[in-house]
Amino acid sequence: MSEELSDEVKALESMIGEEYKYGFTTDVEYEEFPKGISEEIVRELSARKNEPEWMTDFRVKAYHAWKEMEEPNWFNATYKSPDFENLLYYSAPKKKPQLDSMDDVDPNIRETYEKLGIPLEEQKMLAGVAVDAVFDSVSIFTSFKEKLAEAGVIFCSMSEAIQEHPELVKKYLASVVPVRDNFYSALNSAVFSDGSFCFIPKGVACPMELSTYFRINNMESGQFERTLIVAEEGASVSYLEGCTAPMYDENQLHAAVVELVALDDADIKYSTIQNWYSGDENGRGGIYNFVTKRGICKGRNSKISWTQLETGSAVTLKYPSVILQGDNSIGEFYSVAVTTKMQQADTGTKMIHLGKNTKSTIISKGISAGKSNNSYRGEVKIGKKAHGSKNYSVCDSMLIGQECGAHTFPYISSENPTSSVEHEATTSRVGEEQIFYLMQRGISEQDAISMIINGFVKDVLKELPLEFAVEANKLLDVKLEGSVG
Amino acid sequence: MLEIKNLHAVVEGEDIEILKGVNLKVNAGEIHAIMGPNGSGKSTLSKVVSGHPEYEVTEGQILFEGEDITELDADERAHLGLFLAFQYPVEVPGITNKTLLREAYNTIARANEREELDPLEFEDYLESKLDVIEMKDEFLSRSINTGFSGGEKKKNEIFQMAVLDPKLSFLDETDSGLDIDALKIVSDGVNKIAGPEKAMVLITHYQRLLNYIKPDFVHIMMGGKIIKTGDFSLAEQLEAHGYDELQKEFSLNGAQ
Repeated sequence: MSEELSDEVKALESMIGEEYKYGFTTDVEYEEFPKGISEEIVRELSARKNEPEWMTDFRVKAYHAWKEMEEPNWFNATYKSPDFENLLYYSAPKKKPQLDSMDDVDPNIRETYEKLGIPLEEQKMLAGVAVDAVFDSVSIFTSFKEKLAEAGVIFCSMSEAIQEHPELVKKYLASVVPVRDNFYSALNSAVFSDGSFCFIPKGVACPMELSTYFRINNMESGQFERTLIVAEEGASVSYLEGCTAPMYDENQLHAAVVELVALDDADIKYSTIQNWYSGDENGRGGIYNFVTKRGICKGRNSKISWTQLETGSAVTLKYPSVILQGDNSIGEFYSVAVTTKMQQADTGTKMIHLGKNTKSTIISKGISAGKSNNSYRGEVKIGKKAHGSKNYSVCDSMLIGQECGAHTFPYISSENPTSSVEHEATTSRVGEEQIFYLMQRGISEQDAISMIINGFVKDVLKELPLEFAVEANKLLDVKLEGSVG
Repeated sequence: MLEIKNLHAVVEGEDIEILKGVNLKVNAGEIHAIMGPNGSGKSTLSKVVSGHPEYEVTEGQILFEGEDITELDADERAHLGLFLAFQYPVEVPGITNKTLLREAYNTIARANEREELDPLEFEDYLESKLDVIEMKDEFLSRSINTGFSGGEKKKNEIFQMAVLDPKLSFLDETDSGLDIDALKIVSDGVNKIAGPEKAMVLITHYQRLLNYIKPDFVHIMMGGKIIKTGDFSLAEQLEAHGYDELQKEFSLNGAQ
């Protein structure tokens, strides 16, 4: 490679590896809690949260299941295993009274969300978006609760749901992702601290976007949140999660479980803008983002759509999936995964077609820069009874520079001859030729790169709810911002 | 308008010299043709003049309207009014022709302290340029060169040239890969754009383009140099005798 070329590539990489803006720490006092994990710890955690016995039993069983399981290592990523014995499994800011209004929230924490651009005061918020703010292990505040309740929508923290709506939680918790599904789902089931719970009753179109902002602050804590969204017959909802974390030299574990249930004619759209701290140039620090996300289209004509913009984390392992059980149900997965520096992402989806005439669409766009490694792993499975089902997958990878990697691992199996599976994959390099072409037309180098990347991810970003598309573009621009040459 | 003085250039980081002392002067209102066999350096010349980062100028100068542009970035040269119609136009998926052209047009306008056009004004402006190249307006909303046929890509280059309205245009083998109908449309477009204030440099391997666009000067390039300059008759001579003849003459001269 010529020298000028490598200068250009370096400029490109520095543009993409723009400084992380959310790396600050918030000074809060935490409740004391012992490190490590054991049955006692799990019981203690449950006790602190004042949980009913059935919940404690659920956790204890999950803990024992996890104890017997082995940490998986089949990913296309290398990293030091989390030290499970040395983690803090519960981390709650000390001041945790019953929050009736914003005034009760610790001002430091409130300020944190302000800094992140997420004001918690309802009057300051985006019109039409309700927010649940999760700080370390606990939900700090949920806005617009009353307004949603009028429509019959329940939107609250998982802890609250366990207290207030135990019958619903019992019915649906672990119904999509069983406790023993995998190592991290078992761990999460044992120690999950909080998360969001959404329930949209029959026939209700949720009147506003729901969103949760996750923030890891405590250096030693893992974050294990649990999200459950249920849309009853004919209900619809759009939900978005955003995440950030401070910069620490140590890796932090984030092992969430998200379950979606769509009954007949229900529609769930789940969007993620993931911007956890990704570690430094040398791969020091950053979040391990090991997340199990799965939805089930349980009813006829139901639809679940996952859209994700993954830009952060040191290591990401996640495969938001859809089980297409109901006839005519639809599953979608739209993903942009950006890796820079030493980041590693092994992400994709699973579409399991069980019902008749089920359809799934997968559009995955991976952008790798720096010394990062970006893999798409997707499974499409068409069952015996899934007559007339269709899948369409596109996986495109874009490489920036010479030191990064992009990989595609598609797994396709069809047991039904009346169904069809289509898979397309491309890999391209943001070429000097493309940049030169645009620059020759008068466009600056930075704008040229930004244009090329925006063009590449357009098909996915247009799937984000309008309110967040702006935010997503901003995030991509932040990653792209910087001086050239 | 353009003056190239003793231009030497290499591929970045390599020792092999591709341009070995090119001299060329192009005035407003003139059309020049640079002809030469493969590997003579004629395409490289157009890239070096427009600021391709793959090449490094080791000696000599490029002056544009008296200003030394040898060290300018490609976009800065474009702002001054330099355009290159690419031999192989590049695909940029997801960005429409219209978006590119509006960005480009307004960036150039800003750089020259001219007024920018808002999207509606720009739409009208684009429409007015469509007939230069018999372009259908559906082209405007397609991604840049993505899935275009070879002919469509070349037409798109000329369309962009019409929209951006440069002072000096290099057309790098615009005729290659075109059938006779497309060649007529493209040449017709180029003739419409040409004028007393504009200059054009056509880079071509064959004489056939010159049957449609009449050059004022014909240059023969070989071994990284312009070895002969003449009028249209030089192209005819070349067509009759081929490059071999000239090659012999050139090596003879070289030996002296």
